[in-house]
Amino acid sequence: MRSPILLIIEREFITRVRKKTFLVITIIAPVLFAALMIVPGVLASLPADHKNIVVLDEPALLLPEVGNDQFALDYLNPKEFDLALAKDYLRDSDKDALLYIPAGEGWDPDFIKRNILLYGKEDIGMELQGFIENRIEDKINQQKLLKQGVDPEVVNQAKTQVNIKSFTLGEEDGQDETSATPLKMGLGYIAGMMIYIFIFFYSVQVMRGVIEEKTSRIVEVIISSVRPYQLMLGKILGIGLVGVVQFLIWIILSSLIYVVVSQFVYPEIFAQQSISGPNGADLSVLETTGIFDMVSSINFPLVLGGFVFYFFGGYFLYSALFAALGSAIDQEADSQQFMIPVTAPMIIAIITAMNVIQEPNGQLAFWMSMIPLTSPITMMIRLPFGIPLWEVALSGAILVASFFAVVGIAGKIYRVGILMYGKKVTWKELYKWLKY
Amino acid sequence: MITAKEVTKHYGEKIALGGVNLNIPKGSIYGLLGPNGAGKTSFIRIMNQINAPDSGEILFDNRPLQIQDISSIGYLPEERGLYKKMKVGEQVLYLAKLKGLTTAQAKERARMWFDRLDMRSFWDKKVEDLSKGMAQKVQFVTTVLHEPELLIFDEPFTGFDPINTNLIKNEIKRLNSEGATVIFSTHRMESVEEICDHIGLINHGAVMVEGPLLEIRKRYKDGTYSFTTTVPFDFEKNTVVSQGESHTGYQTVLKLDNYPKNLVIDLVEKDQLIAFEEVLPTVSDIFIDIVQNGPKQHSL
Repeated sequence: MRSPILLIIEREFITRVRKKTFLVITIIAPVLFAALMIVPGVLASLPADHKNIVVLDEPALLLPEVGNDQFALDYLNPKEFDLALAKDYLRDSDKDALLYIPAGEGWDPDFIKRNILLYGKEDIGMELQGFIENRIEDKINQQKLLKQGVDPEVVNQAKTQVNIKSFTLGEEDGQDETSATPLKMGLGYIAGMMIYIFIFFYSVQVMRGVIEEKTSRIVEVIISSVRPYQLMLGKILGIGLVGVVQFLIWIILSSLIYVVVSQFVYPEIFAQQSISGPNGADLSVLETTGIFDMVSSINFPLVLGGFVFYFFGGYFLYSALFAALGSAIDQEADSQQFMIPVTAPMIIAIITAMNVIQEPNGQLAFWMSMIPLTSPITMMIRLPFGIPLWEVALSGAILVASFFAVVGIAGKIYRVGILMYGKKVTWKELYKWLKY
Repeated sequence: MITAKEVTKHYGEKIALGGVNLNIPKGSIYGLLGPNGAGKTSFIRIMNQINAPDSGEILFDNRPLQIQDISSIGYLPEERGLYKKMKVGEQVLYLAKLKGLTTAQAKERARMWFDRLDMRSFWDKKVEDLSKGMAQKVQFVTTVLHEPELLIFDEPFTGFDPINTNLIKNEIKRLNSEGATVIFSTHRMESVEEICDHIGLINHGAVMVEGPLLEIRKRYKDGTYSFTTTVPFDFEKNTVVSQGESHTGYQTVLKLDNYPKNLVIDLVEKDQLIAFEEVLPTVSDIFIDIVQNGPKQHSL
C-alpha cells in the first residue's frame, strides 16, 4: 500500500502529462525560444534586398550621392521631369521607388524637409525610409551649418563618443570586477519575468484542478479516503512536478535546437556573430575579453539556485492560495473578485521591477524582497547584482516560514470550501471558515 | 459497529449536532432518517472523518474511531461524481488504491464487479462518454470495491433510475448478508422502510428515537386494525378511519381502544371475514407523531 499523497501526485502528474495541450506547449515553446535566438541571426545574414531608387532632386540636395550596396540612387534631370512625369517613369521602369525632393522658393531647408515624398511600387520598407531620412538629415544639417559659416568637418571632429569602463570595487587590489550593469539588468528582468509567468501559469492550474474536483462532485468521494490537506498538497506537488519536467524538457530541447542550428545548419552566421559587434565593426580583442569579464562577474550558481528556490517557494505559496480560492467558488468565472487581491502583490512586483533594477540595493528593493508575496520576483531581479548573503538567507527563510503558515490557513479554507456548494462566498465567510 | 456518544458539531453559530447518541449494530441495515437539515450528513461526515466532532466520540467496533478505519468504510456521498475526463478503469483502480488496495487486488476485484454488473465494455471509456445510468453503476462499484465492513449511503436512490435502484438494492442486500453493516441516510423515509431492520430518527441535530424497526413500529402502534369483508359492514361510525372496495372485498380501517376480539369472532361466525390485521404505523407516521407529541418510552 502506497501513501495516498503519492497516489495523488501520480494521478495529477500523469493525467496532465498525457494531455495533448501539455505535449503541444512542451514541444512548441522551445521551438519558439530557439527561433527567437536564431531567427535574428539568420535574418541579419540574409543577402540584403537590393533596391533601385530614382531621385528627382530639384534643389540638388543629395546630388553626388549614389547610395550604397543595398540602395542605389539614380537621378532624373529636373529640367525634363516634374513629379507627374517622374511617377509615370517609375511605373514604366524597373526601378523600385521614387524620391521627390522639391526645391520650393529660395532653397529653404525647412520647406524641403517638410515636402519630401517617397513613392514605392510596393510598400516602402522601414530600412529604405530610414536610409533616405538619414541621408537627407545629414545633408540639411551640413547646409545649415554652412549657412551659419561653420565648417561641417569641424563639427564632425568635435563629436565625441565616451565609453566608460566601470568596475565593482573588490576587497583587495586586483580583485576589482568589470561592472556588468546592462547584462545584470537584462538577466534580472528576464529571470523575474519568468518567475512571474511560471508561478501564475502553474498556480492557476492548481485552482482549475480544485474547481474541477468540486464541480464534478468527486471531491467528497476522495476526501472520504484521504485527508483534505493530503489532496491539496498532492495536487500542488503533482502540478509542480509537471512544471519541473516541462521546464527540463524546455531547457534541453532549446539548447539542443540552438546547438544543432548554430553548429550544423548555419555555422558561418554564428561564427560571424561572435566576432563582429552590433554595427558590423570588428571588436578589438580587449573589448571581447571585457564581455567575458562581465559575464564572469555574475554569480551564476547563486542566480540559478535562486531561480529554482524562488520558483518553488513562490509557486507553493501562491498555489496554496489559489487552491483555497478554487475551493471557495463553484466555477472559474466567479474567481475574479478573489483573484485580484491574491495576484496584486505579484503584479506590483512586476510593475516596480524597473525601479528595482535601477536601484537594486534601495529601500524598495529591500522590503519587496522580504515580503514573501513579492520576494520571489523582486529578489530574482536583484540576485544578478550581487546581494549580501544574509539578505538572501533572510528572504528565503521568510518565504519558507510563510509557506507553512499559508498552507495551514489555505488548508482550513479548502477543507470547508470543497464541501460548500451553491453559495456566493464573501471574504467574511472565508474568515468564518477558519474557525470551523 | 458504530456507537456515537454525545457527539456535537457547530458551524459558527449554527448547531448541526447537539449531542447525538446512537448505536448501529454490526450486520444491520440501519436507516438514518430525518428531514433535510436534520444533521444526517454532518454525522456521516464525522463517521467518515471528513470533519471532526467538537465534542463526544465515535466508537468503531467498540474502540475509538481511527484514521485507518477509513479503509473499512465505503461511502457514497449525496454529492457524488467522478473525474469526467478519466477512463473508467483507471479511475476505479485509483479510488480503490486510495482506500489501500494494491494494484493487483484492485484489478482483480474490479474485473469481478464489472463482470457481475455487466459493465465490461465500460473499462476503457471516459466517464463523460457514459450514460447517467452507467456512471451510477461505476460509482456504486467504487464504493464497495475495497470490501468495506461498513457501507454508508447518503440519499442513495436520488438520481438513480428505477432499474439501477433495484439492482443496487439487491447488491446491497447481498453484501449485508455477507456480513457488511449498511447505513442508509435519507429524508425519504418510505424508500428504505422495506429494506432497513434498524432505524434512527434524527431531527434538529438530535436522535429522537432509535432501535429495531419492528420494535419501534410496535411501540408507536395506535390501535389501528384493518378488516376485509365479503359484504359492506356496518361498523360504529366514530371508529372508522377509512372504508372502501379492495380487490378481494370491502376494506374498512378502524381505530379502536382495545383488541377487537369479539368483533372478529362475530365476523368469522357470519362467514364474512376475509382478512384481519393490525396496522403498524409507517416511519413517517411515527416521525410526525414524535414531532407533534414527543417520543414515547418503551411500552409494557
